[in-house]
Amino acid sequence: MDTTQIADAPPPTQPPTAQQKRATRGATRPGDRIFLGLSRGSGILLLVIMAAIAGFLTYRAVLAISKNEGNFLTTFEWNTGVNPPVFGIAVLAYGTIVSSIIAMVIAVPVSVAIALFLTHYAPRRLRGPIAYVIDLLAAVPSIVYGLWGALILVPHMSGLFGWLNDYLGWTGIFSWNGGAARSMLTVGILLAIMILPIITNVSREVFRQVPQMHEEAALALGATRWEVIRMAVIPFGRSGVISASMLGLGRALGETMAVATVLSPDFLIHTSLLNPGGGTFAQNIASKFSEATEFGRDALIASGLVLFVITLLVNGAARAIIARRKEYSGANA
Amino acid sequence: MKLQRMNRRALALGALAVSGALALTACGSDETGTPGGGSSNAAASSNIKCDDASGQVLADGSSAQKNAVDAWVKQFSAACKVEINYKAGGSGAGVTAFTQGQVPWAGSDSALKPDEVAASKKICSGGQGIDLPMVGGPIAVGYNVPGVDKLVLDSATIAKIFDSKITNWNDPAIAKLNPDAKLPNLKIQAFHRSDESGTTDNFTKYLIATAKKDFPYEGGKAWQAKGGQSAPQSSGVAAQVKQTAGAIGYFELSYAKDGIKTVAIDTGAAEPVEANVENATKAIADAKVVGTGKDLALELNYATKADGAYPMVLVTYEIVCDKGNKAETLPAVKAFLRYAASEDGQKILAENDYAPMPDDIIAKVRTTVESLS
Repeated sequence: MDTTQIADAPPPTQPPTAQQKRATRGATRPGDRIFLGLSRGSGILLLVIMAAIAGFLTYRAVLAISKNEGNFLTTFEWNTGVNPPVFGIAVLAYGTIVSSIIAMVIAVPVSVAIALFLTHYAPRRLRGPIAYVIDLLAAVPSIVYGLWGALILVPHMSGLFGWLNDYLGWTGIFSWNGGAARSMLTVGILLAIMILPIITNVSREVFRQVPQMHEEAALALGATRWEVIRMAVIPFGRSGVISASMLGLGRALGETMAVATVLSPDFLIHTSLLNPGGGTFAQNIASKFSEATEFGRDALIASGLVLFVITLLVNGAARAIIARRKEYSGANA
Repeated sequence: MKLQRMNRRALALGALAVSGALALTACGSDETGTPGGGSSNAAASSNIKCDDASGQVLADGSSAQKNAVDAWVKQFSAACKVEINYKAGGSGAGVTAFTQGQVPWAGSDSALKPDEVAASKKICSGGQGIDLPMVGGPIAVGYNVPGVDKLVLDSATIAKIFDSKITNWNDPAIAKLNPDAKLPNLKIQAFHRSDESGTTDNFTKYLIATAKKDFPYEGGKAWQAKGGQSAPQSSGVAAQVKQTAGAIGYFELSYAKDGIKTVAIDTGAAEPVEANVENATKAIADAKVVGTGKDLALELNYATKADGAYPMVLVTYEIVCDKGNKAETLPAVKAFLRYAASEDGQKILAENDYAPMPDDIIAKVRTTVESLS
């Protein structure tokens, strides 16, 4: 799913007064009218496409859910090939959200730190190359991350897992049964690496937009460099960092191949993040699609619809947060 | 700045090219070995009857038989002017493509279901889709237990292992079947398929048929027992078994290579049965045809106790219309299936770790292929 709409939220516009309206209408030239028609047309087309996708997903989902013997929301099973079919999304929703949260917890602070380092601490000569390398991370296809994860990351996680089990095992969240590290935590770490470039890049751009005057004013008042960042840079960039994080979250929610390659999925919710198991929407669709019957596909589409709704909610939440912090947006600086 | 942007674009293009190549290679991850191998010889191709077959044939279906089809295609297209393109998109995709009339034949790990037969009547004018058993595949149970070179298990023990009821290699149930083996005190890591699969379907069918008490599930293409670990595709399971000490997993025999050892099954026959193609053919010989009319769907006898019959087998079918095939593809499909069912065609299977069909079944397939119209 494309989540880029968040970043370029349209600047708030005042409704034109009657006088202004008359003025623009008076000065209508063919070019203006064509441009207006084109942009309005593409806006409407976008809405129609989204509605068509939602309509298609809903139609196929209803077909499947109406025949489902289990509860779609609470069943811990996915078996569409048997008669009667039983499937539910509880495990998928849990896995999708948990892995994305882990990814965000790791990626956001690291990304913000890198962005701050690049804009305020790094020697000028290093800024370009470092930013460039981070850009390259975004160009690596997810299946390559998946292969790297399965062949390099998973075997090397055992040490960390053992340590977590020894010291934090009592919490239940970090207990480990000694199996291969193909678990939610590993997936979360992998996702964190995958979403890091996008969050870093957008945050860096935002921090670069901080008005020089703000920083200089803070410095003139005797602030240290860290205080400048805390008082001038971070408050100014907060909404930008939030939208950057939401972009990253969008990628983490929908990531398919890397998760399917690294995770050892099953249909149980494990309290421990270290034991293999769980699953995500996208991973489940990828792994079940090729052998699924027509009905099985409808069921997978139903789960896709839930992912669609979750992503819409996330986007909506991000927009709400940004709207509340309008005073800091670049447009008003 | 502009220069930098150009560089970036060039690099992005480069990255795209590399990733494209990687993606293409990744698509082939479920293939094994070299199809056909060095077995191709002029004599084999001269036996192929092309008739007036020509043109291009698209097909889709089971990935389990992909290497078999590839081997056939190599021989067949060397002899006839037909280009056959088998896209191993999975049994479900194959059957869907067939019932929608996109492909003239499909490969499937399981016989057509009644509603699929009904759907096929729309595209087979005056006829219906039928199943032709053409390729057998032993499902091997591979294991990785340090110091254990030979392992015998029976169906009840296999069921308990995969249902997480037996969790350690030094369990008395395993020790009883392997009095000579030095079983370590090691946790069992049982691997199943994370994707839906005909291999899972047939593996669980075997367990349900022979050890219902220890494997109380319905079966199907999706794995149902809780616990254990999973990996995508036969290649994924085999890779996990290879790199994890204490692992056990099931996959097609052709993936049991690079030092992966396989379990011999105690079926109640005089000797435990090894997983190999001859033993699989012997087990398929015990199957009976349950399809009606020209349909040759098989019902396997999983509980067979015949000496040397390896009961954990998968049969993949070629699905075609018995009547009402499209005129432009019929000659090519017929000639290809005729070759696949021929002695030469079946002989190539064993070279690729597949089991040829037993004589009386393949004889029926040949008659049916000749009657396609």
